[in-house]
Amino acid sequence: MMGAVASLFRREIRLSLRVGGGAMMGAVFFLIVVTIMPFAVGPDLNLLGRIGPAILWTGALLATLIGLDRLFQADHEDGSLDLLTMTETPLVVIVAVKAVAHWVTTGLPLVIVAPLLGLMLNVEPGALSAVAATLLVGTPALTFLGAIGAALTVALRRGGLLVPVMVLPLTVPVLIFGVGATDAAITGPVPMSTPLLILAGLTLLSLVLAPIAAAAALRLALE
Amino acid sequence: MIELANPTRFMALSERLMPWLWAVAALTCAIGLFLAFRAPADYQQGQTVLIMYIHVPAAWLSMMCYSIIAISSVGTLVWRHPLADVSAKAAAPIGAAFTFLALVTGSLWGKPMWGTWWVWDARLTSVLILFLMYLGLIALWRAFDDPSRAARPVAILALVGFVNVPIIKFSVDWWNTLHQPASVFRLDGPTIDNAMLWPLLAMGIGYTLLFFALHVAAMRNEIMRRRVRAMRVKAAGALVAAE
Repeated sequence: MMGAVASLFRREIRLSLRVGGGAMMGAVFFLIVVTIMPFAVGPDLNLLGRIGPAILWTGALLATLIGLDRLFQADHEDGSLDLLTMTETPLVVIVAVKAVAHWVTTGLPLVIVAPLLGLMLNVEPGALSAVAATLLVGTPALTFLGAIGAALTVALRRGGLLVPVMVLPLTVPVLIFGVGATDAAITGPVPMSTPLLILAGLTLLSLVLAPIAAAAALRLALE
Repeated sequence: MIELANPTRFMALSERLMPWLWAVAALTCAIGLFLAFRAPADYQQGQTVLIMYIHVPAAWLSMMCYSIIAISSVGTLVWRHPLADVSAKAAAPIGAAFTFLALVTGSLWGKPMWGTWWVWDARLTSVLILFLMYLGLIALWRAFDDPSRAARPVAILALVGFVNVPIIKFSVDWWNTLHQPASVFRLDGPTIDNAMLWPLLAMGIGYTLLFFALHVAAMRNEIMRRRVRAMRVKAAGALVAAE
């Protein structure tokens, strides 16, 4: 099974890095969201520095969810999803591997560019690493939760906006503890490790539970 | 539950039950309102405390409705009970309406009490998120061209949401708190005075009965809507066959 998992992982990475894979799209979208924020709230660097971590987290949240509708759809359209369900590897594992690979190509770039964008928003140097660390721990949870939405809408012709509408309310805890950990690192009376550990717990919980729900939804779509 | 699995039997039984359900619901709500108007005004809030009697039961119902949707979803996924998804589909808009009522009355109550229509306090925010989850469920239902295929995906989403409700509640509490803590359902007994507790409980029971009346009525409508749809499909098929 490990061989199958590894080759599926390689396939996913390769597909998303190729033309039309849209791996960098999320990072570009993230950059655009962060760029339009100062136009909306004004160029005051003090204000931007204060709300910078929140802007970065909101941008990362939206960037993660927007790229998700293609997670299973392309495989569903060309029939490879049917083949994947017929292999010996359980569908739950396949979903988890696809979600992890998707995070590596779309979530990880966000984590890498976040400190750079934070610098533009006048986020203080100590907080830059905190933002990157919380995004590193928290964005996988967003991808896993989003995988449920992507699986539920896989057979729908217009699933685009439906995924964020369904999934965003569920991501509130991740956002709260992500921004909470960052704030704790900058000012907070609470040590950063408390919200960060809860955030890690949310990520692990969603890693275990979300593939089960997503696999059940995919099976229904393929019936 | 098993006898009710037959929609025809459910229709017959509910038809006899409906007038009584409506009558009991109306009566309990009337008694609750009567008691509420006789209850003393709050020493601090004055007459605005009357809003409580329509606000608090609505908030209770917003939670109960989602629980009913979740239980129905288990029925859909595990036993494929033919009425379970009818029940879930019928409960979602009613639950959204009660949640909306809780939000609006809370806002109207907040203006004189807190001096603002809306605060980003933990309770208000988690009820707002619950409202958004209801809208998400309804949106997924409406996204399917063939309504019969929507039942089980929506059931999965409802259960995922149900698992998330306590997590959202906990995290939002961690985030901010201004709303008063629970004062009726507590381990050490209610802290609210009996003069206000009884009208509140009467209103709560009245709302619950009202919900069941609305729910059964909506289920009947949904079953009839499905029959109409089945007849239309059949008629269209016959038309094609005749040509």
